[in-house]
Amino acid sequence: MDWLLHADTTGEKLVLMVVAVLMFVAVMGLILFATDRIRSLPPWVVGVIFVTPVVLALGFGLVYPAIETIKESFYDRSGAFVGLDNYVAAFTRDEFQVVLRNTAVWVVVVPLASTAIGLLYAVLVDRARFEKFAKTLIFLPMAISLVGASIIWKFVYAYRPVLEGVPAENQPNQIGLLNQMLVWFGLEPQQWLINSPANTYFLIVVMVWIQAGFAMTILAAAIRAIPTDIVEAARLDGLGGTRMFRYITVPSIRPALVVVITTIAMATLKVFDIVRTMTGGNFNTSVVSYEFYRQSFVQRNTGLGAALAVILFVLVIPIVVYNVRQMRRAEEIR
Amino acid sequence: MTSVRRRRVFAAAATGAALALVLTACGGNDDPEPGATGDGDGGDADCAAYEQYGDLSGKTVTVYTSIVSPEDQPHIDSYKPFEECTGATISYEGSKEFEAQLLVRLEAGSAPDIAYIPQPGLLQTIVQDYPDTIVPASEGTSANVDEFFSPSWKTYGSVDGTFYAAPLGANVKSFVWYSPKQFEANGYDIPETWDDLIALSDKIVADHGADGAKPWCAGIGSGDATGWPATDWLEDMVLRTAGGDVYDKWITNDVKFNDPQIATALEKVGEILRNPDYVNGGLGDVSSIAATTFQDGGLPILAEDGKDPLCYMHRQASFYAANWPAGTNVAEDGDVFAFYFPGLDAGTRPVLGGGEFVAAFSDRPEVAAFQAFLASPEWANAKAVSTPNGGWVSANSGLDPKNLVSPIDQLSATILGDTTQEFRFDASDLMPAAVGAGSFWTQMTAWIAEGKSDADVLDAIQASWP
Repeated sequence: MDWLLHADTTGEKLVLMVVAVLMFVAVMGLILFATDRIRSLPPWVVGVIFVTPVVLALGFGLVYPAIETIKESFYDRSGAFVGLDNYVAAFTRDEFQVVLRNTAVWVVVVPLASTAIGLLYAVLVDRARFEKFAKTLIFLPMAISLVGASIIWKFVYAYRPVLEGVPAENQPNQIGLLNQMLVWFGLEPQQWLINSPANTYFLIVVMVWIQAGFAMTILAAAIRAIPTDIVEAARLDGLGGTRMFRYITVPSIRPALVVVITTIAMATLKVFDIVRTMTGGNFNTSVVSYEFYRQSFVQRNTGLGAALAVILFVLVIPIVVYNVRQMRRAEEIR
Repeated sequence: MTSVRRRRVFAAAATGAALALVLTACGGNDDPEPGATGDGDGGDADCAAYEQYGDLSGKTVTVYTSIVSPEDQPHIDSYKPFEECTGATISYEGSKEFEAQLLVRLEAGSAPDIAYIPQPGLLQTIVQDYPDTIVPASEGTSANVDEFFSPSWKTYGSVDGTFYAAPLGANVKSFVWYSPKQFEANGYDIPETWDDLIALSDKIVADHGADGAKPWCAGIGSGDATGWPATDWLEDMVLRTAGGDVYDKWITNDVKFNDPQIATALEKVGEILRNPDYVNGGLGDVSSIAATTFQDGGLPILAEDGKDPLCYMHRQASFYAANWPAGTNVAEDGDVFAFYFPGLDAGTRPVLGGGEFVAAFSDRPEVAAFQAFLASPEWANAKAVSTPNGGWVSANSGLDPKNLVSPIDQLSATILGDTTQEFRFDASDLMPAAVGAGSFWTQMTAWIAEGKSDADVLDAIQASWP
């Protein structure tokens, strides 16, 4: 029966395929049969059957690691209990203060900028002639992975010097789009990713580039959903332009705005890929989610890494709570 | 109701079929293992050296390494004689995340049979943190290492007197890459001392500075390992200004990072790496060193036809040979070659190097046999033969230099074999991870990118020593 595990010939593979299909049908049949049977059981048993796997998965995959991480954050790398030392280090050491500062900048700038750009774009292209095309254009970056986007932008920011007193044909080729533009305008090329603190903002641009599409999509749908009678009534009352935007559009899509801002804020707190790909956390650009990985897995400071993870966890909680409360309020109104 | 149920069954069957197709497609046709069954005694005289390992037919050894494409293929090819003669199968897996992932796998209890560990410091971490996973080197391995390697290589693979990991490959880091053609055209000589090197740098500035060229180019970018080439600079310089004894004490932190002897070495490194007149040829100013990947760091040495190069010298290890574009002639009279990074005077010629070590995480006989094979001259020669493009050497004394085809590998082998030159292993690889894979990298990067002062950099590294 070795061929069952190592099918080599086409014939064996076909037989294996049939066996696999039969097994799948048998299992699915059993499940479907069982779900039919379930109806005759008392409701609480059904409830238990459905809830158990979820509770087990959450307990094992989320609660247990969370408790372990919190516990670990009170120990140093050799396994000795150190109390709050890891947290003290995370808040007082110079390099981590830079990390916390950067995280704060990210979490403030990215949601606001992405949402503002997304909202502006959604309003501008709403019912415009090239609406679909325009929306696709800004939505496309969403389809690119964060690492892919980072590599693209790394090329945009790439730096080659302009040598003084050297004829043009001997100059190194500019391979970065942004610096080439500066050179066309007769300016000096810049090292975008090295010069702190501006480099953090150049990384933020990548995240905004991706998230603006997400914001635009949700907000455009919300704008579409504003009842036309409200818009017409407002227009009859003499509202237009920016005042229409201020007094009708924004209040009507407020729940969607909250969802977009909080979702992007959570994604931003977890940003890791961009920092790792573009600067490796060097040049004062590291953020909590990257520093936690570095400490835990590269430098083997598991306690300090765990402490940073807990800090990240604590930072996310208020956003989640706010998000849940907003959704609950929105449901009450409905 | 019945029709609904029948439809569900069809849906299930269709999904199942699709799933099965995907699975079978993924399975793929396994290439028949060359000589896996009964071929071993096919009159192949070469198999004599492999009889000691016995018949390992049907056994598999998993190997986990940091060596990825394109350097992995020569490794995989070099196992073929072992596979053919013993019947064992070697399953090779390379990962760029090796250093972090190996520990994760050990923690999770899914250790590979064999791992190539590039840092003795990591080996120490494993022995201290996961003593139950690693097994001491097999007897055959130990015997091979005693016979074919110098004692110092054995100590790098030992922790607290127990020998765990046998040396595999080796590299020489005390090299300065240059263009023999350009040196000849300009009448430059290979410098023999540090003062010669500085004098040559000044001469290049005087000759070519007006054309935008600089004597040195460098790059220390390497993802989240950014900064390691700069640590190599400092290590090479500590060996030259303070000597091997201080170097050994520096590794154990008996000589502190902010010790004046280390500060002197860093200051000397700064004479080149932070001198705006000397760097960074074709790549920018001093801070551009931090933004340039180490792979790109030396490329300005090569000039397009009819043009002058923008850079003349690049200090990097022997394995940099693999980074030159295809078609580059790496030879003493070719496009690029390397000279020994000189000491303070012509008499002191210390050598900085590195290498990988083979640790075993299982004591199964086939694993022990494969570990012993990797420490044998048979493997070293098989690897040399399967690496026609160069960029690989070993400190194995059974390695026949004739099998090394590339001139730079021959030069590396000569230097590694020269007992009059004091050899030292890469210090950052021997230091605890918090320094060797942490603050030493990041602080050297800050030293370059932000112009942080020597004293601040050394104090910060010392403060992070666990």
